[in-house]
Amino acid sequence: MSEPLLELKNLVTSFRTDSGWVRAVDGVSFEIEHGKTVGLVGESGCGKTVTAMSIVDLLPKPSGNVLEGEILFKGHDLRKAKHKRMREVRGGEIGVIFQEPMAALNPVHRIGKQLVEAIRLHKKVSARRALEEAVEWLEKVGIPAPEKRVSEYPHQLSGGMRQRVMIAIALCCHPDLIIADEPTTALDVTVQAQILELLGAMRHETGTAVLMITHDLGVIAEQCDEVVVMYAGRIVERAPVKELFANPQHAYTKGLLGSIPRLDSERKSELQTIEGQVASIQEFTSGCRFCQRMERKGKWEHERPPYIELRPGHWVEACELCMEEEHGD
Amino acid sequence: METEEKNEEATLLKVEDLKMHFPVRGGVFLKQVAAVKAVDGVSLSIKKGETLGLVGESGCGKSTLGKALVRLLKPTAGRIDFMGQDITTMSQRRLRPLRQDFQMVFQDPAESLDSRMSVGEIISEPMVIQKMGNRAQRRARVAELLDRVGMPRTAAEKFSFEFSGGQRQRIGIARALAVNPDLLILDEPVSALDVSVQAQVLNLLLELQRDLGLSYLFIAHDLGVVKHMSDRVAVMYLGKLVEVAGAEEIYKDPRHAYTKALLSAIPVPDPTVERERVIVEGDVPSPIDPPAGSAFGHRMSHAKYEESVGMDLGLREIAPGHEVAWDPCCLSEEDFESLR
Repeated sequence: MSEPLLELKNLVTSFRTDSGWVRAVDGVSFEIEHGKTVGLVGESGCGKTVTAMSIVDLLPKPSGNVLEGEILFKGHDLRKAKHKRMREVRGGEIGVIFQEPMAALNPVHRIGKQLVEAIRLHKKVSARRALEEAVEWLEKVGIPAPEKRVSEYPHQLSGGMRQRVMIAIALCCHPDLIIADEPTTALDVTVQAQILELLGAMRHETGTAVLMITHDLGVIAEQCDEVVVMYAGRIVERAPVKELFANPQHAYTKGLLGSIPRLDSERKSELQTIEGQVASIQEFTSGCRFCQRMERKGKWEHERPPYIELRPGHWVEACELCMEEEHGD
Repeated sequence: METEEKNEEATLLKVEDLKMHFPVRGGVFLKQVAAVKAVDGVSLSIKKGETLGLVGESGCGKSTLGKALVRLLKPTAGRIDFMGQDITTMSQRRLRPLRQDFQMVFQDPAESLDSRMSVGEIISEPMVIQKMGNRAQRRARVAELLDRVGMPRTAAEKFSFEFSGGQRQRIGIARALAVNPDLLILDEPVSALDVSVQAQVLNLLLELQRDLGLSYLFIAHDLGVVKHMSDRVAVMYLGKLVEVAGAEEIYKDPRHAYTKALLSAIPVPDPTVERERVIVEGDVPSPIDPPAGSAFGHRMSHAKYEESVGMDLGLREIAPGHEVAWDPCCLSEEDFESLR
């Protein structure tokens, strides 16, 4: 197999808090192949956004820091990259789409200017040519009357339109990888459908790989080739999408899949739940964290369970208690 | 009709042609220049023990409708009957004893629970307002309610911010239950929660309904959740209901174009399903200046939009218990003709 586009090896990201350093991401490893879409799923606070922001060096400084591990992008470790090289990568080779476009777009600049800025940062073209390209991009992402919209400000656009602008900015430099952090969470379902359709079409057209961060398993099922499930700063399971939905191995993945009401499930029936709650980050055990939630003692109470490949491409944090067949609820 | 009388008995809440308009003021003297028609002629009813799901996208007026129903807002027009009493224009003072019977649970428990009150004080406040029991009785009731919603009794002494989102929502539910209501208006009660916690709260709501015979108006934008919780579902678009039907039926056999689009837009958590998706262009129009005719027909730039202008697009019964807006843009020709 050829070299993956992005390879994370044992990534550890910590934040300094009032009560000392906490590990928001605690030893995360996975790869993204060229042109593939990988979904990163988990509940709030599990470290999925921090993982993504570590890749592009957009952690809040100085409190957030990548402490250990390698971030191999096209074979080179981004952690060792110079500031200047990082600026080329970010926006140029890796595009980022944030959840809240209003917070990511500059409110005092016209959207055309923001697109032109992105284009000219990574490509030597004249301002006029860049503006033409900006209009073309707005048209590509389905913004009506792009010649007119290009000179408008972000607040003049609706949420869905702003997200389209974000996508245009992320795509305009033909990146090899797009990191999309909950790109549709703030949008309504019909608009979400538009945006997902657009992302899918763009991916198809440009062959860009995508790291899609979401908590919506529906979005995962429809958009992704592979899924990485995170729990409490670690990966508990990783598999191709069909395999994961059909054959989940870890109790947390099973719980997550079982707790969503489906359109075909029996109405008003009791939903499967996951007992307990995630421990606070200061109290994370060094052992199996899902066992910690379940208040279970066992082999991996104090020691981290091994991360093993069960079948080709299907990885799991192999705590025997978490991988047992159904044990009631 | 004969059955009318029977229904009347079991009907807890009945709303007719409810309108909730907010003035938009402008100019030097802040004269009213326009109105936001957040709710624009909604009729619905909720029976005892029933859950009516209300779905729609943000800004369609579903939360405003919920607030107007419990008279947190004063409706502009229309009529609200609660257990046979007209509460549309009742004064807050006369309304107060009735408030025992309908309570509201809000979306964001962090915002709707006072962070300077202990959990015990929060839960007993409605009882204090309703002058129920003495201090000792209220304390006992708080303990009972905490048990009921699956929280430790010691929580009463703590503050709401010491709890997680799911636990705070349980506290919000306990507060709503304190005065033994018949109807709960649940405004996006689980939207702010993670899926595993969401399932816990949904299970709790189902259990409470079974045990206490509660009626729910369940407002949400997550259609999977709504289907799971509801007996009937009402779909709202730009201040109006476009379709109301039994929960199974509306998902199996939606008739209105907007309902169809909404249903097909939900991503299905099953990677083996290949689906034909109806993509709706554009955004929900502004309720300040809504299109004169069919609002959804306008969004789709439907050929029959002109025809819909000036028509009465109210709900008509297309099958027993299944109502749909009589709209030339949004119904199949066959359905449209059958309702003529």
